[in-house]
Amino acid sequence: MRNRIIGIIILSFVVVLCFVASISVGKTTIPPSEVIGAFNAFDGSREHLIIRTVRLPRAIIAVLVGCALSIAGSVMQAISRNPLSGPEILGSNNGAALFMVVSLFLFGYTSAHVQLWVALIGAGLACLVVYGLGSFGRSGLTSIKLILAGATINLLLASIVQGVLIFSEQSLDEMRFWLAGSLTGGSMEMLQQVWPFLAAGLIGSLLLSRQINMLSLGDEVAQGLGLRIGWMKTGSLLIIMCLSGASVAIAGPIGFIGLVIPHIARFLIGIDYRWIIPYSALLGASLLLAADIGARFLYPPQELPAGVVTALAGAPFLIYLAQRRGR
Amino acid sequence: MLLQLAAKRFIVIMMFLAIANLVVLVLSVMWGEYAVPLNDIWRALFGYGRSEHQFVISELRLPRALVAFLVGCGLALSGAILQGITRNPMASPGVIGINAGAALMAVTIIIVLPAIPNAVLPFVAFLGALLAASITYVLAWRRGLSPLRLLLVGVGISAAANAYITFLLTTRQIEHVKQALLWMTGSAYGRSWEHFWSLLPWLLILFPTALVMSRKLDILQLGDELAIGLGARVERYRGVLLLISVSLAGAAVAMAGTIGFVGLMGPHIARQLVGNSSRKLLTASAFIGGMIVMLADLIGRTIFPPIEIPCGIITAIVGAPYLIYLLYRNRNKP
Repeated sequence: MRNRIIGIIILSFVVVLCFVASISVGKTTIPPSEVIGAFNAFDGSREHLIIRTVRLPRAIIAVLVGCALSIAGSVMQAISRNPLSGPEILGSNNGAALFMVVSLFLFGYTSAHVQLWVALIGAGLACLVVYGLGSFGRSGLTSIKLILAGATINLLLASIVQGVLIFSEQSLDEMRFWLAGSLTGGSMEMLQQVWPFLAAGLIGSLLLSRQINMLSLGDEVAQGLGLRIGWMKTGSLLIIMCLSGASVAIAGPIGFIGLVIPHIARFLIGIDYRWIIPYSALLGASLLLAADIGARFLYPPQELPAGVVTALAGAPFLIYLAQRRGR
Repeated sequence: MLLQLAAKRFIVIMMFLAIANLVVLVLSVMWGEYAVPLNDIWRALFGYGRSEHQFVISELRLPRALVAFLVGCGLALSGAILQGITRNPMASPGVIGINAGAALMAVTIIIVLPAIPNAVLPFVAFLGALLAASITYVLAWRRGLSPLRLLLVGVGISAAANAYITFLLTTRQIEHVKQALLWMTGSAYGRSWEHFWSLLPWLLILFPTALVMSRKLDILQLGDELAIGLGARVERYRGVLLLISVSLAGAAVAMAGTIGFVGLMGPHIARQLVGNSSRKLLTASAFIGGMIVMLADLIGRTIFPPIEIPCGIITAIVGAPYLIYLLYRNRNKP
């Protein structure tokens, strides 16, 4: 218990460290003293402006999205009891992408606000469809049905997105960076739109963590422990939907965080989801901050989408996990 | 008696499939930007008298439809074999990294080295598919091969390749990116006799080989322990079958890009029609796969003229509802 709390404190320090680094390094590197100055003694200089309008929102978004995705991932892995499932199984990424692409294709670019809501609605609808398909029938919601339904819907949505992009070079050019998942261009206003979803998801996951822990033991055990499985699964999926939908709406589809982070958390503190969830949140925040810093330097002079960095770093890990499974 | 009945049923189904394929082939040649009457088709094909449509028929539509057919055969066969080896009905060539490997190489050529002529693409893509599959196989090997591990490692390899592809798609020139995207969607557009002749040998050699191996595939379905107990050399059978499957899918993907769902859908429909015996299943899968791609190409070509919708998109739009139907049918299973 004590070790676990110390772990949380250490991880919080790491998050703060990455946060400060994320604000101070980039094309123009700003010393940490100036970073503090930008809040204490704002003098309107170029550095201070960069910090307040670009770097700070970006870092905050990285923290929140990192938290949200990794919590969504650990809840997903708990209820599907499948270590290779991530929040994107529910279809939020591809649903958001489809809605974004179609709305750009039909109406052109309107405003960041509209785009945000379009993505949010797309993500939500896709989640509902996958949830519906995964839960009809007498056996109710089972993880295998959920994963199959998710894989199918994701493939379908992705193909339609690809189809639209082929016919419209303009949408392709506007969308390709977003589609890779990127933290550039995020602003505080966007965050103000989605924070209720993020907050609902974060608080919900912490409140339900005891029940999620029981679900991770399997349906029969959970039922034996007096849990109403149907409601709990629905609640958990709602949490995932809020978290992953809001994330994709502000940062585009960023993969692998939700898949990889819960594993690292499990490696650190074992199988108790009451601890996995907060650990995942902190780990996810630091990883996405780090990936976003990497995205600024890996391929100069261009900036990479953060999603590419997380995928390149995450894929070998996925292979490693896969290798250890199956006798 | 029962066996005879089953055999008769199989023959009837296969004849029906053959006729259906022929009908789709004829329709593919007839329909298009302008229709060609049936008479002219016979004349063009059997060469009595030159038809005014000679060029369109024998140089454009016929080779294209035949390439689509072969591609579909290859993908569906590959999927059927793979589903057998892994004992997993959701396995398809894409899952063990073939598509991603082929796409990685092809997209690299299209985007990074646009000076290289397009004629090289099939070879490069084939190489990529083989490479990805071999890496998957090697990484999944730990004192023997577990089908589950093969699929999971394949997913990881695909993810790595896709990350690299996304990197190229986001950072390079838009014209090349568009071309690459088109290749990745899978299309039979502009395929000619040249493609047909280079694809045909693969099927002519590998299809019979797969049929010869079908007994071994049946044995593998029983599970490793039982198969070993029956004296089967499990790893060797699995290796050979995997090689056949990968080569078929690789050749198909190399010719027409990554056409999704066929490797998944073809074997499923075949299983419903002819049951689980591998010999029958493989034969029926090939015909059904061929028909699906040919039909998808025909629909994509004719539904919104003059725009052509790549057949990879059509197969996805048709394939997804089919999978949902499968889910619905199995809704009461845990």
